[in-house]
Amino acid sequence: MSASEAQVPPMPMTDATLRHPEPVGAKRTSPPRWQDPLFEHTTRFFAVLVLALLACIIVALAWAAAPAMRKFGLAFFVTDVWNPVTLTFGALAPIYGTLVTSAIALVIGVPLSFGIALFLTEMCPAVLKRPLGTAVELLAAIPSIIYGMWGLFVFAPFFADHVQPLLTGTLGKVWLVGALFQGAPTGIGVLAAGVILSVMIIPFIAAVMRDVFEVVPPVLKESAYGLGCTTWEVVRNIVLPYTRVGVIGGVMLGLGRALGETMAVTFVIGNAYRIRTSLYEPGNSIASALANEFNEASDPVHRASLIALGLVLFVLTLVVLAASRWLIAHLARGEGAKT
Amino acid sequence: MLKITRMLVAATALSAAVGVQAAEITGAGSTFAYPIFAKWADAYKKSAGIGMNYQSIGSGGGIAQVKAKTVDFGASDMPLTVAELDKAGLMQYPAIMGGVVPVVNIEGVKPGAMKLTGPVLADIYLGKIKSWNDPAIEKLNPGLKLAAEPITVVRRSDGSGTTFIWTNYLSKVSPEWKDKVGSSTAVAWPEGVGGKGNEGVAAYTQRIKGSIGYVEYAYAKKNAMAYTLVANKEGDYVQPNIASFQAAAAYADWKSAPGFYVIITDQPGKTTWPIAGATFVLLHKTQDKPANAQQVMKFFDWSFNHGQKMAEELDYVPLPPNVVKMIAGAWHSDVKDASGKAIWN
Repeated sequence: MSASEAQVPPMPMTDATLRHPEPVGAKRTSPPRWQDPLFEHTTRFFAVLVLALLACIIVALAWAAAPAMRKFGLAFFVTDVWNPVTLTFGALAPIYGTLVTSAIALVIGVPLSFGIALFLTEMCPAVLKRPLGTAVELLAAIPSIIYGMWGLFVFAPFFADHVQPLLTGTLGKVWLVGALFQGAPTGIGVLAAGVILSVMIIPFIAAVMRDVFEVVPPVLKESAYGLGCTTWEVVRNIVLPYTRVGVIGGVMLGLGRALGETMAVTFVIGNAYRIRTSLYEPGNSIASALANEFNEASDPVHRASLIALGLVLFVLTLVVLAASRWLIAHLARGEGAKT
Repeated sequence: MLKITRMLVAATALSAAVGVQAAEITGAGSTFAYPIFAKWADAYKKSAGIGMNYQSIGSGGGIAQVKAKTVDFGASDMPLTVAELDKAGLMQYPAIMGGVVPVVNIEGVKPGAMKLTGPVLADIYLGKIKSWNDPAIEKLNPGLKLAAEPITVVRRSDGSGTTFIWTNYLSKVSPEWKDKVGSSTAVAWPEGVGGKGNEGVAAYTQRIKGSIGYVEYAYAKKNAMAYTLVANKEGDYVQPNIASFQAAAAYADWKSAPGFYVIITDQPGKTTWPIAGATFVLLHKTQDKPANAQQVMKFFDWSFNHGQKMAEELDYVPLPPNVVKMIAGAWHSDVKDASGKAIWN
């Protein structure tokens, strides 16, 4: 019996008790005292501090990126030239690399995490539950530099010798998709970076999914089982609809991490400012470009361009967050319309 | 909790104690020179009692810090031009040298077995020579059996002094490279995959069959990598080693170069290795703190005269005696205190 199951209150779960866990309309027993406003103002100050910090970061980034923006204008975002010698910079290649590696990571990571979370909550024998859950959480605790080194020295050789030839021989022959899997199997490149990223985000997504799956009231599941549903039907029709918001949140958390991941990607992506069809070719991501060049970027325009890249990453992450918020709100509204 | 507090108090007390100790000289910059600077500093502290605190934050950072006068000296793998020096009121001198060697991963090719020339290296890195059995390579290596293996170019992804030396050499020997790519600590590479740091390039080169990369000499030596010979300016193939790197510095024409602005790639001399470079130390010409500047010069004077063996142990190349003499001359004539008096006599 796990802790979370024990936490489920014994009272019947209605919609109202779920949305408003505290009794509505309860009266205060004593008049407000001076502590209350003080507490309110203090906590509000902390909350505002976060906002102020965020604003400061944006302003500082924009300010420092201004020389690059003045020189290149909007062309900065749509050209793929990155030349520190002639001081011509365009962000398209790193933006492309960031988006593609994150997309690969999600394509691999989300189904796997879903499977892990499902197994842990619905099918796992009680003896395995604790060790497996802890193992997944431990994966999340490994520093990214370790993933990078493991990726370079262990994963890349294996990937080059066994996985890439296999992919070229199978998917590589498929019409249209095949172009993605061409070229020399070096074990280094956009695909390798995406796979490493997927390993890194799986624990995050899986942990969140497991936690939200566990809060599905057993009463709902048991009723469904009572009606003769299979495990898959219960998951499909009870667990997933009930936890949709949490699941999306978990995926977005993973995506956020994938977008900003630096060291692990730097080790295996190949660090070339190029946009190629094949996923075997080396590419670059925003974070790894920054990690590579910031130290030795002595020219002001070079430095400003790197900071502008940072700003782009910041905005990308913001867009992802906003999109997830919108998606969650949209889903919630749809739910209301259905019932 | 109490334990942690106590530990913190102890740590604070400890750091305060360190702060009170004898004055330290401070420097920042080149990561390439960090191991030898650290070793010299350790030995110098034992002999003279004065410590040297060096932050290896990269050449760009070192230049910025010395300009801002937050450190006593900066160290850069790329020399500043005379115009840049004058603008910032700085002088520079070489402090330590190193060599860069091409390394290959071809089945059956042992260290030192393959011969290449500068123009061929440039064409490989430009992507014009794509296969190891290209006639240009076969002509130089009649003794080697080379298959039609595609060449994978490996280079640094991070900005680095090693890349500066490498691209500077390619620019000198190939007009096309100079025109299309140029030389800097980071360039727009026409070809290849980028590894982070020497270890990244070494790992990629050892990993990918048919690859060619470039690393610091010490790195190739320690990892027993298959380095190639490169024809020098006179057309001779010499082994990359401390003697041939030192020859590059000895033959270099420092005298007629204002501000020691010599990049010792492609230097004359029959025994010269063509791809070598130096780390330069930057000092303010007019010193607000002449005592500190004098300590910096004393430190380097001591290191130049007593630190050669330490440098060689770490596979760095100490400066030849004729260059050390010239540096002392430059200290005397270029570095002054506020009243215009020479600090180094």
